[in-house]
Amino acid sequence: MNVEITMEKIGAGHLMRLKGDVDMNTSPDVRNSLGDVFRQGGSKALLINLSGVRYMDSSGIATLVEAMQNCMKQGMKLRLVELSPSVRDVFELARLSSIFEIFPNASEASAGL
Amino acid sequence: MEDERDRNSASSVTLTVPSHPKYLYVVRSALYPLILDAGFPKKEARRIVLAVDEACSNIIRYAYSGDPAKTITVTVEDHTERFAVRLRDFGRKVDRAEISPRDLKDVRPGGLGTHFMQAAFDTVDYDTSQGQGTLLTLEKKKQRVKA
Repeated sequence: MNVEITMEKIGAGHLMRLKGDVDMNTSPDVRNSLGDVFRQGGSKALLINLSGVRYMDSSGIATLVEAMQNCMKQGMKLRLVELSPSVRDVFELARLSSIFEIFPNASEASAGL
Repeated sequence: MEDERDRNSASSVTLTVPSHPKYLYVVRSALYPLILDAGFPKKEARRIVLAVDEACSNIIRYAYSGDPAKTITVTVEDHTERFAVRLRDFGRKVDRAEISPRDLKDVRPGGLGTHFMQAAFDTVDYDTSQGQGTLLTLEKKKQRVKA
């Protein structure tokens, strides 16, 4: 089971879309793609659309927490967009809903960037 | 004491997978319909799947130190009164002193797997007395449906 990762430039930031399962097998791929954004630098915001994520485990959460920490170091905003029901559920279990900035859609998430 | 009728009524499914992370989805895919068949609602089923997936990930990461050539045997038992998942590995035995869920206020990568297991199941038991490896038993009582 793979995860599809697409990245596009939006204004002064980047939008990453994930589709599939983000687990111990696939989260290294997500981490590598995020690493490319952080290495390039110059981005003011990173939006991650999670509407296509069917499943996420603790390694997926760890990847998002690392992304949040890297964004803070680089002065970037991290915004999560359209959490799927399974992602919302795992966020609820891990009590992360108040830690991340979460938006219902990309247009609201990109407002003010 | 386990009820004799409950023990006899159990249906059991056993699955053995290689200890490579790419087979985690196989366990998840097999497990989910079995949990629904056992009568749990979808949200609870998703949490049980997550807990078992985390247990398998821990086996790969800690018991087998990432060696993909070992095996994990998952046995799912549906009893009248309870639902049980047993995970058997033959790697490094679990050290109970190292197992504790982290404080959720301490936001950092990692350390959530144990929390997810304890949130989904009533009992999380590590048995290291059976020769090599560990037998992890996860059990959950079924809610009685009122007539």
